[in-house]
Amino acid sequence: MSFFGTIWDGVGEMFDAIFNGDWSKENQIGATVRGWCGENETLADWINAGISLATLAAIASLSAMVLVYFERKVSGHMQRRLGPMRTGPHGIFQTLADGIKLFFKEGFRPKSADFFTYYLAPFIPMMGSFMILAVIPFDQHLQVANPELGIIYVAAVAGLAGFGLIIGAWGSNNKYSLLSGMRSGAQMISYEVSLLLAILLIVLVSGHTNLQEIIKTQEGGIFNWWIFKLPVLGLISFVFFIITTNAELNRTPFDLSEAESELGAGFHTEYSGICFSMFFLAEYVNMLIAASLATTLFLGGWHAPHPGLDYPGLGWLWFGAKTSCIIFLYFWFRWTFPRLRIDQMMDFEWRFLLPASMVSLLLAGVFMSMGWYIGD
Amino acid sequence: MTEVDKHGSRPQNLGAFEREPEKQDEEKPKQGMIARYCSLIFGGTKSLLTGMKVTIFTFLNPKSTVTQQYPENKDTLEMKERFRGQVIMPHNEDGEHNCTACTLCEKACPNGSINVLPTKNIAGKKILGKYIYRLDTCTICALCVEACPFDAIRMGQDFELATLNKDSLELVLNKKEGRWKS
Ligand code: SF4
Ligand code: SF4
Repeated sequence: MSFFGTIWDGVGEMFDAIFNGDWSKENQIGATVRGWCGENETLADWINAGISLATLAAIASLSAMVLVYFERKVSGHMQRRLGPMRTGPHGIFQTLADGIKLFFKEGFRPKSADFFTYYLAPFIPMMGSFMILAVIPFDQHLQVANPELGIIYVAAVAGLAGFGLIIGAWGSNNKYSLLSGMRSGAQMISYEVSLLLAILLIVLVSGHTNLQEIIKTQEGGIFNWWIFKLPVLGLISFVFFIITTNAELNRTPFDLSEAESELGAGFHTEYSGICFSMFFLAEYVNMLIAASLATTLFLGGWHAPHPGLDYPGLGWLWFGAKTSCIIFLYFWFRWTFPRLRIDQMMDFEWRFLLPASMVSLLLAGVFMSMGWYIGD
Repeated sequence: MTEVDKHGSRPQNLGAFEREPEKQDEEKPKQGMIARYCSLIFGGTKSLLTGMKVTIFTFLNPKSTVTQQYPENKDTLEMKERFRGQVIMPHNEDGEHNCTACTLCEKACPNGSINVLPTKNIAGKKILGKYIYRLDTCTICALCVEACPFDAIRMGQDFELATLNKDSLELVLNKKEGRWKS
């Protein structure tokens, strides 16, 4: 009994630390765990890592569920429908029910599919999403890892998602899937160039590759966010960033790799049950990640729109609000724009987006060296 | 009655779908390459923004939703005029209809769902005896309604047509023999 009593006291202590601790100095959860373990620092590291992983898993699955629900609702209302209405009040349990259904469905593998690649593929996008989620700065001290080359790391790992699609498409031995995989490979490689140029622009103007440092350069109100701090150019490169991430996420208007009307269901034609839901989950977690990156790079991360509203420990609320706005933007695009043709998509990237982002990168250098930006 | 509601929903009757005659012999002023590039980009952006305006408008106006929560709102169910249910034959107050037993609808029906059984009145004139309509083979295509020159049949609004007895799907649409102005 006393054992449970101790644990209960410990949990109480932790909550006390979380709600009353000084978040402006360090993460109170980690600090409390370290306090418990005292000398044994290895144990503290392991426990902290466990807590972080559990939190990431919770964030990934919960956000995917919530996002799928909202996507269906938003799409419904944009098309004069209602969206899910039956499962629970206004259909709020719909995604839960779908998840349970997917979980219990038979995972069917075509006879001629390659066993290893077929079952490996669904995990790769998911793994990539988790690896990026670990460096997303949800708040000043709410970040699992803070590598010095944070943004480079994100750019490197983001390529994994496309890799998963390609080998999944190849492994399932279906010509529609293969076509879709090739398309998505071409798309990812092309748009990654412009995405990296947009990221490079922020690295150039902020002078940091560390995500927290990038956020700290945007301190002090809405006009210090990079989207407004660089007059006009910030807005333009924000638009480029949104377009390219939209392409990286394989969402309409760039959903050529899924193209239901042309390719069946694209790369996941042969996947069912839990393997399919892994792809699906990764897609939505990736959307969360892209929106978080847009928030981090352009919208001031966890800073409030006005410096007076910055309370230590509540930055994640601002972060969440901005991220939700970007996610709504993605919804809005998806349910408005028609799908591009493959040649139009390539044309747009290589003949418009790439030159334009190069010019904007050049201009950003000029702006910085001439001091044409707001603030100091 | 307009053309549209007589025939149910027929796209070629809706003016919005009509194509405008293409303008010819109107040479566009020649643009330079850069001007064309810019106009492509700005024109494209503008058309995207127009689309976004439409979707955000419908999103922010839940009243524009057309979905009906059917079994719950059975009492307040609102039918659109273009909806096509089973074929009906309208009757006036005296229970008389408009059909002359010309059998054009019978010939127009691709499924043979209609049988017009004429009879003769005392004057020896051909009148409608029985108008037999088989709901089970009807595909609700409205070709019969289009074919009728006397506007005697129409597409109704009733859609709760399920039944346990297949024989009840063979209907006699006219209430009595003959026509209201013979
Ligand atoms: S609606 Fe079509 S199928 Fe039905 S009776 Fe008329 S013509 Fe025949
Ligand atoms: S319903 Fe019309 S087309 Fe058919 S027999 Fe009567 S008058 Fe002729």
